[in-house]
Amino acid sequence: MRLLARHTLTCFAVMLGTTAHAQITGTVTDESGSNEFVVAIPPLTTPDSVATPAGNTADLGKKIAEILANDLSGTDVFTPVGPAGLRGISMAEVTAPAFPEWAGKNAENLIHGFVRANNDNTLTVGCYLYDVALKTEMVRQGYVVAPRDWRRAAHKCADAIYARLSGENPFFDSRIAYIAETGPKGNRVKRLAIMDSDGANHRFITNGQSIVLTPRFSPDYKSIVYLSYLNNRPRIFIYDIVSGKQRLVTESANQTFSPRWSPDGKYILYSMAMGGNTDIYRISTAGGKPQQLTSGAGIETGGSYAPNGAKIVFESDRSGSQQIYVMDADGSNQQRISFGSGGHATPEWSPRGDLIAYTRIGGGQFRIGVMTPAGGGERLLTSSWQDEAPTWSPNGRVIQFFRTTQGNGKASVWQVDITGAKERRIQTPVDGSDPSWGPLLP
Amino acid sequence: MARKTTMLIMGLSLVAAAGCTKKQRPEDLPQAPMTPDTPAGNTDAGAPTPGSQADFLARVTADRIFFDTDQSDVDAEDQAALDSQAVWLKTYPNTRVTIEGHCDERGTRDYNIALGARRANAAKNYLASAGIDASRISTVSLGKERPEALGSDESAWARNRRAVTITVQ
Repeated sequence: MRLLARHTLTCFAVMLGTTAHAQITGTVTDESGSNEFVVAIPPLTTPDSVATPAGNTADLGKKIAEILANDLSGTDVFTPVGPAGLRGISMAEVTAPAFPEWAGKNAENLIHGFVRANNDNTLTVGCYLYDVALKTEMVRQGYVVAPRDWRRAAHKCADAIYARLSGENPFFDSRIAYIAETGPKGNRVKRLAIMDSDGANHRFITNGQSIVLTPRFSPDYKSIVYLSYLNNRPRIFIYDIVSGKQRLVTESANQTFSPRWSPDGKYILYSMAMGGNTDIYRISTAGGKPQQLTSGAGIETGGSYAPNGAKIVFESDRSGSQQIYVMDADGSNQQRISFGSGGHATPEWSPRGDLIAYTRIGGGQFRIGVMTPAGGGERLLTSSWQDEAPTWSPNGRVIQFFRTTQGNGKASVWQVDITGAKERRIQTPVDGSDPSWGPLLP
Repeated sequence: MARKTTMLIMGLSLVAAAGCTKKQRPEDLPQAPMTPDTPAGNTDAGAPTPGSQADFLARVTADRIFFDTDQSDVDAEDQAALDSQAVWLKTYPNTRVTIEGHCDERGTRDYNIALGARRANAAKNYLASAGIDASRISTVSLGKERPEALGSDESAWARNRRAVTITVQ
């Protein structure tokens, strides 16, 4: 399948300079020579254009196609074309595409679909993927959702298509917790906020009266752990998304920060500064006595569990600079894994288990990089004045991080795929930092 | 790393330390963040209320000490400032202080919180060694969250790497 696609694309690239240009949007030319699938995404159709709480079904069909194109363009698998500039389709075409016509537009793959308003006030979104050359159906899915969840249906469709053609696990149907920032550099107002993986469905959680930092969704998405300077006493809280209530994780006279969930959601990893010395601890989310995992005079902080929960990657300056270490979940067997030039900080274990993402400090830059859990294969993915704090997509193929601008200190959320391509800014209503990508939605 | 810049005012009786390349008059020093405003009545009276934050600021050599990049050691200049704070704390034995630790923007967030805690604790330890009951001193790290100098250059970062003593009123 893949070989066929590459071959087709080669022919396509040759043709582009001549006649194909008028038919397909210009983004395709930028990708010629890559091995991405050119996928045509005309607006989804509807059997009956009717009003719903989420809008007219025909309009939703166009918007869902736009979401599909935006999602798929952020991966190293697809070069989407449309929905702008492509004609609408009929219901009959959804299951019987006009293959020759789409082949004539140089599409290797084709997405068709429909939006139907049901009598029980739900929506059905049909989602089909075709191989144009082989004239075969590759994906057929239907999603029944409440009108307010129409974007989730689009992300699920994108996930099904992405998973089918890439062989990777899906990741679009997921959410981000992050810190929304406003105000002057010396007195930034920071609010906990959440949004979909593409920045949509944005919602502020806290009101900005206290500094809040480093949020993390719980694995079940029911709560968020974060650091709050409430009453000028920085401590770790768990916010319950349903009830809107928050509770303290551990009461201590010492400053606690840098909270992280264990993969099973039963423990919180955190840092505590005691007498100026910071170490990593673990506590049950049900409370009880914390367990100290690191000791010694260095700053040990951050921390991220391997997906199986057996190991933890963290940072320490015990060597004289920030470097990355791996230890067993009980704190034993600590081993340094970063040895390249410069500092290595904020390690995050990929949900796939195969890579550690980190912030590399050096040469006047803060850059996002990846290495294996054994410390090999160091690759830098970004280059800017200050990129910081990577967070993994649920499938471990894309990384979000935040970028700080020299001078005004403004921060923004960005993402890049693990090859270092597809770097793009995630649009947020105000400035953003500390993104944290949750798992695939249940 | 050698200290290249210092903002501390050492007082007339002290000769500037070697390596000191820049000085500022006390009135040039910006007010510390989260410092309570001086009550208007006090300024009208001409002299701060004894034991108040305004009194503290008027009497100490400096309310803050500065650090080199990624460092938290207290040098001779810092000691002079902290000694003056210790004198004030002994004068008003019923007062308490919070020491805020801060970092420049060129560090990762969690590490800077930890580093700010180191700095605040270094100042606290010095005051304790100077005879101040440690139970009168609390610390908090603001990491890189509250820069005072807003530029992105070495002079701004030097001013932001600080531990600031604030009286608890």
